Amino acid sequence: MRAILASFVVSMLASFGLTVVYATGGQPQLEGILLGAALGGIAIGLVLFGRRLLPGGRFVGPRDVVPHAVAQRAEAEAAFEEGAEPIERRQLLLRAFGGAIALLGVAAVLPIRSLGTKPGRSLQHTRWRKGSRAVGADGEPVFADELDVDTVTTVFPEGHVDSGDSQTLLIRLPSDVKPPGPADWSSGGVVAFSKVCTHAGCPVGLYQAETFELFCPCHQSTFSVLDGAQPTFGPATRPLPQLPIQVDSEGFVVARSDYQEPVGPGYWTRPRDERDSGEEGRGR
Amino acid sequence: MIGRLARWIDDRIGGSAFAEEALTKVFPDHWSFMLGEIALYSFIVLVVTGVFLTLFFDPSVATTTYHGSYVPLQGTTMSEAYRSVVELSFDVRAGLVMRQAHHWAAIVFIASLVVHLLRVFFTGAFRRPRELNWLVGLTLLILAMFNGFTGYSLPDDLLSGTGLRIAYSIALSIPVVGTWVAFLLFGGEFPAHEIIPRLFVTHIMIVPAAIAALIGVHLALIWRQKHTDFPGPGRRESNVVGAKLWPTYAASSLGLFFAVFAVVATLGGLAQVNPVWQYGPFRVSEVPSPAQPDWWLGWVEGALRIFPPWEPRAFGREIPNPFFPAVIVPGITFGALYLWPFLEARFTGDLGPHHLLDRPRDHPVRTATGVGALSFFVLLQLAASNDLLAHWTGASVASITWTFRILVPLLPPVIGYVTYRLMTALQASGRERLADLPLREALRSAVPEEPEVSEEEAGLLYVEPEPGGRWRWRYLEADNDVELCSNETYASADEARESGRRAYPETPVSYSTATKVERRSPLG
Repeated sequence: MRAILASFVVSMLASFGLTVVYATGGQPQLEGILLGAALGGIAIGLVLFGRRLLPGGRFVGPRDVVPHAVAQRAEAEAAFEEGAEPIERRQLLLRAFGGAIALLGVAAVLPIRSLGTKPGRSLQHTRWRKGSRAVGADGEPVFADELDVDTVTTVFPEGHVDSGDSQTLLIRLPSDVKPPGPADWSSGGVVAFSKVCTHAGCPVGLYQAETFELFCPCHQSTFSVLDGAQPTFGPATRPLPQLPIQVDSEGFVVARSDYQEPVGPGYWTRPRDERDSGEEGRGR
Repeated sequence: MIGRLARWIDDRIGGSAFAEEALTKVFPDHWSFMLGEIALYSFIVLVVTGVFLTLFFDPSVATTTYHGSYVPLQGTTMSEAYRSVVELSFDVRAGLVMRQAHHWAAIVFIASLVVHLLRVFFTGAFRRPRELNWLVGLTLLILAMFNGFTGYSLPDDLLSGTGLRIAYSIALSIPVVGTWVAFLLFGGEFPAHEIIPRLFVTHIMIVPAAIAALIGVHLALIWRQKHTDFPGPGRRESNVVGAKLWPTYAASSLGLFFAVFAVVATLGGLAQVNPVWQYGPFRVSEVPSPAQPDWWLGWVEGALRIFPPWEPRAFGREIPNPFFPAVIVPGITFGALYLWPFLEARFTGDLGPHHLLDRPRDHPVRTATGVGALSFFVLLQLAASNDLLAHWTGASVASITWTFRILVPLLPPVIGYVTYRLMTALQASGRERLADLPLREALRSAVPEEPEVSEEEAGLLYVEPEPGGRWRWRYLEADNDVELCSNETYASADEARESGRRAYPETPVSYSTATKVERRSPLG
């Protein structure tokens, strides 16, 4: 009895404290503790009340096992039949009604189409075009000479810094290694690969310069840059597509064309990746 | 006052009969029956805190520059959605507590649903006639997990943006219709601007309405079919033993509601959850590392991480890799769960109704299947943190991933087999608890037995008058110290006797019309 009263009093005090804390500007930790105490006091009071002062589980009642009145089933069936019987040519009418509802359903479902654009070929290309200048996320163009050997630089085609599928990694390789891909796809040791993981589409955000490996933090797919960004570990099965680039007369990195294959995660109708087949078909 | 109001309503719509039935309704006492209640009460907390959040959240991806009081983000461009969440967290009084309590309530909601599901599974509570409620409950779990995902995706922070991107890729991976599914859900190629407002409507209206409706169905079915109960003295298939709704159960259940709210509110104040200001706003080319989803999607994430690099391709069509771990694995999981009651009934040939529960040992195959499957999901959950495990153990991510690639298919059958052996040994030994089972007996091969049909203890059933001219029946088992009292009173001795007979059909009524019962209960 005393404990129950004490719990409710604690709750009242906590509610009062909560009001004061709120009125004087609020403080998250105190608010949490006091709200917890205000609610918890009521909880403990009620549970003790139920346990100590009220009758416990000494009651029993019959469980009316379902179905307890099978006879009623027949009555329900009879009621249904009674209503349905007098209708002439029931089958035909029902079928016509069903057909009308079904067609209405189809017509009513069609506006779902308005929810999105048509996929079409939009997954097969990005915003890169011949001559697109590579710019950083801030929109500033990237000088080939400023690229560092130890890091990767994320670039977009100029004017499309919010384009998710166009995000591209620029990597400057040391002069003593051979850049992957056709010779005219890179310039001065600078190569460009899609940043969209070919597994589940995350940005391939980590680069280990000593091993020339790109690493996706989402599902740990690992890509070897020197090997044309072929996957070496993790769930990804396809290499990151390479973007053909060159350096223009002002020293900026520009694209020679769009990607030659779809970037990012796979989909049912994704055209065949020519590098999969082992043919020397790149750089058409 | 309450009496007058009740009379006023009864005069107009009736309902005294229902009120009597409701107030005397019997609820069995067992801690495990509170799990579903915890889920129900955390849903109420979710609605209460969620309504508050709705008044401050701005579901817009229009870009803006932050000028609030959180210094590290000042001057950063971000979406209005993200800005409103940061503002709610730092500049709205009590906003952070409400937001974190909402997130904690979601964690408790889904956790209690999962544990509730396990309780129902391992005790066989899903058997006829409760298959329908099993289906409703599973659907509630799926809706809760889905709404958890849409909820933590709303703030448009870097972590949840990454989650949405993976969800988009998973939708894209569905054979034949994947591109259309992804484009219709997201409004176009990722990142399309429609997604945040769509998630908002889904999260605050469509799914909560569905959850509320299904909770109504779930409770109505429980009300109609009454609770299951564990076997015990005085417990029969034909009765329910426990406390009455009024007042005992009402007091303790209301107490539980306040307890759930108290725990969630305290966590909301003290335990930081989803600190979106640390992740930063969503940027299309950025990704947090490490990145883990909220716990209830950890098993899908784990499956994505350890699934081998396999992407079948034929006739110019391909099935993308994420389809297998992120669509097939959850599809099989929930498909098997939906079908389990029907499969079990078919394979055991046990088609009859059951109201008394199994103990896990009573059904070694079911228990072994459940424990094996559970270990599968726990392993996947751990695999979702392969990068963190590698960081903590110093092993390479590759070796950790390979460990899981080997353990995930191999360990669950082993664990299932060991469980089967333990359950049959426990059953054969007749001991109360698994911990009491000596190793020697546990190792011995035992033939699984049919669950023993406990012999009906000889009890006494008698009817006695109540003050006020009403009648009540009692059930007495002197050997087991059991004395139970009918939950309702009856207008006549015959009615009371009839009710007692329905509850204990095998027990003859010893005293029927005695005004003074000769043999009083030894318990007083």
